[in-house]
Amino acid sequence: MTAQDLDALYQEIILDHYKHPHGKGLREADPDHSAEVHHVNPTCGDEVTLRVHLADGVVEDVSYDSVGCSISQASASVLHDLVVGKSVDEAMAIHQEFLTLMQGKGTVEPDEDVLEDGIAFAGVAKFPARVKCALLSWMAWKDATAQVVAGDGDKA
Amino acid sequence: MSLEGLLPELAVIRKDFPILERTLAGGMPLVYLDSANTSQKPQVVIDTMVDHLERHNANIARAMHQLGAESTEAFEAARDKVAAFIGAPERDEVIFTKNASEALNLVANTLAWAGPRRVGEGDEVVITEMEHHSNIVPWQLLTQRTGATLRWFGLTDEGRLDLSNIDQLINERTKVVSLTWVSNMLGTINPIAEITRKAHAVGAIVVVDASQAAPQLPIDLAAMPADERPDLVAFTGHKVVGPTGIGVLWGSRAVLDELPPFLGGGEMIETVRMEGSTYAGIPHKFEAGTPPIVEAIGLGAAVDYLGHVGMDAIHRHEQAITAYALEGLQSVKGLTVLGPLDAASRGGAISFELDGVHPHDIAQVLDSRGVAVRAGHHCAKPAHARFGVQSSTRMSSYLYTEPREIDALVEALEYTRSYFKLD
Repeated sequence: MTAQDLDALYQEIILDHYKHPHGKGLREADPDHSAEVHHVNPTCGDEVTLRVHLADGVVEDVSYDSVGCSISQASASVLHDLVVGKSVDEAMAIHQEFLTLMQGKGTVEPDEDVLEDGIAFAGVAKFPARVKCALLSWMAWKDATAQVVAGDGDKA
Repeated sequence: MSLEGLLPELAVIRKDFPILERTLAGGMPLVYLDSANTSQKPQVVIDTMVDHLERHNANIARAMHQLGAESTEAFEAARDKVAAFIGAPERDEVIFTKNASEALNLVANTLAWAGPRRVGEGDEVVITEMEHHSNIVPWQLLTQRTGATLRWFGLTDEGRLDLSNIDQLINERTKVVSLTWVSNMLGTINPIAEITRKAHAVGAIVVVDASQAAPQLPIDLAAMPADERPDLVAFTGHKVVGPTGIGVLWGSRAVLDELPPFLGGGEMIETVRMEGSTYAGIPHKFEAGTPPIVEAIGLGAAVDYLGHVGMDAIHRHEQAITAYALEGLQSVKGLTVLGPLDAASRGGAISFELDGVHPHDIAQVLDSRGVAVRAGHHCAKPAHARFGVQSSTRMSSYLYTEPREIDALVEALEYTRSYFKLD
């Protein structure tokens, strides 16, 4: 990869989120309305423990503890910003939008109104080896959210 | 620049490896420091394999025609070359496998099945905390299936085996001791002779993973005193300038004869009747089916090449480059080397951490400067956990590595620090 590619991958926004992650750390949550998952990227060993707390169909909190590269850490921080306070349906739609961007091999034009800082990951989509880094916490979030929704139905 | 101990014909050696001439994206020259992952291939290995496919290709040991005879001869000549490379007491003790993992799995599986060496309940298997996953998982599977107990040597803070409890670990219940000769993560060279003596004294067999040792240490099994010679030694072809898809299990005839067959099929039999079969002697007993023929022949050319350069000279070269690299790496602010810092007692793989930058990000920035290293857990998660790290960056040299490539690495690491604004 060239120096230009490198700058496309490591946008300032990504490096900022990496150095100053939003919402990091596991927080207490009502066990009836929350779920915790642990996801691992077996090829590189990056790990995230992520807890989702839902209340009245809204994502009340996403808290996480993670180790990994700048891309995986920044994407967890952006995830926190984008889904907390949204309804589960809205958050799932944002998840789908981010997934589409990351799986687009660099051909998808990101919508800043939906993805906000997440648009900085458009450059990552061109590096197949790093896409899984960006998706680690997002996949963990979807898994945990689905567990809460399935587990306590209308209570959530 | 010239360092004491470098291969005198280094420029000529480098010309033998065509890939070293290529440039990468952005016109960057390649600085290949990932040889512990896989080594590059000299022209003679490439040519030998192409020549075989172009002129001699046929199945071995069964085709009754000229090509079949030529192919068989080349395949068996490769076995002779590998036997010479490791100083095997007998050429038939060299078994071709797919890779080192298959070689280790062959041993760990057959030990569970039958024979006087069979591992069962109450028996113990001893490994170490610095093993590659391929020398951990097969033994976990073996002990789980048989009810035996898996034990292991811990590590000292310097990254050496902690031998303080060796007499408790290796005891009359020990059936197998399996360990790496050279660590793929820490670079540590382990005292194989001492551990083998202890294991043999209690009647245990010793399995050595030589995947990192075979490329850089001269090995002469026949010259080792019998009580210090391991019983089984595994290594892979692609780390000794050979192709992928071919590995080696050397075993003493006595132990190989005691193990039951591994895979059943063509070539491994003496005779087959519907009621039952009898098996070929070694090495064919463990080589069921059509083997990777051209890969074995390529491996023969590879170890021949290393033999011509001389393993003593290659070892000296690796030590010189390793010492130079240890010095250069430690000049980088915030960099910590994991493993022994004394080049004389370690191999050419150096794993390190850089404060404030994750290994994957380091490797990515290095790649933009043409410097190829490995980042991650290097298939040695327990060894990383022992040092409280999740992953590391690893540079690894080989006989074609030049001091200026180490300079390029150090410079690229400084660039990484500035890229991530660490000062």
